[in-house]
Amino acid sequence: MGKHPITLDAVFHALADPTRRAVLGRLGRGSATVSELAEPFDMALPSFMKHISVLEKSHLVVSRKKGRVRTCALDRESLIAAERWFGEQHLLWQDRYSNLDTLLASIKGDDDEA
Amino acid sequence: MKPDLRFDFTADRATGTLTIAREFDGKRQLVWDCHTKQELLDRWFAPQGLTTKTKHMDFRDGGYWHYAMITPDGQHFWNRLDYQTVDPIDNYTARDGFCDEAGTVNPDMPRSEWTGTFTDASDRTLVTTVVRYASPDDLQKAIDMGMEGGMASTMERLDELLPLLATG
Repeated sequence: MGKHPITLDAVFHALADPTRRAVLGRLGRGSATVSELAEPFDMALPSFMKHISVLEKSHLVVSRKKGRVRTCALDRESLIAAERWFGEQHLLWQDRYSNLDTLLASIKGDDDEA
Repeated sequence: MKPDLRFDFTADRATGTLTIAREFDGKRQLVWDCHTKQELLDRWFAPQGLTTKTKHMDFRDGGYWHYAMITPDGQHFWNRLDYQTVDPIDNYTARDGFCDEAGTVNPDMPRSEWTGTFTDASDRTLVTTVVRYASPDDLQKAIDMGMEGGMASTMERLDELLPLLATG
């Protein structure tokens, strides 16, 4: 199991909101404090913190508090795991179907000789 | 693969669905046979480097295919595909699952529903397979197992994913 097994329900919920997608996009350029993240949004801090909490529950984002400053960062491992798996499935089907191309060609070759 | 043979692979996380559409250079009856007869399936279904061995095949409504994908060092990965509906040579639906050598499905492992559709494309055949996981949790289990397996990956480029998240 991964260190932070993500549940997809939580991930979909996290990605469903434009504010949270923008926060993820910002964190993609590097970690940031909550006040830095909140700045572009016309939103009360408690409302914004709810978005951060959703992102943390989805395991897309991790945060750490030092003194009174909370810093957020992207949890790349969880995101990569999902993408990696889809990539592996893509390769599996590609590979399998390449075998089938070879088989079809050999069967058609037999027919030509018959 | 001929360069002009269509191959589309889409993954939709929101619905837990993979859609694989692939064109084959063969008539629909032949391509259908390759998907439904054990002696033909055994010649292509496992990815390269592995072999496929059928233990049981009964391709009809309520029947199942019980097979292993075998590594060069002899390790067997047993799978079972339970056919739910069969409509030759147009489509079939089936339920996929991991099992043991006796064919007993492991209920703790993720299962998916397969819908295979076969259509004519001039002299070729288009096969569309939709793999749908029973629940987001099942898909997540499959992803977690993939992580454990530590298989090779070509998709580690998170930087390509992030711009997509930032839009909209």
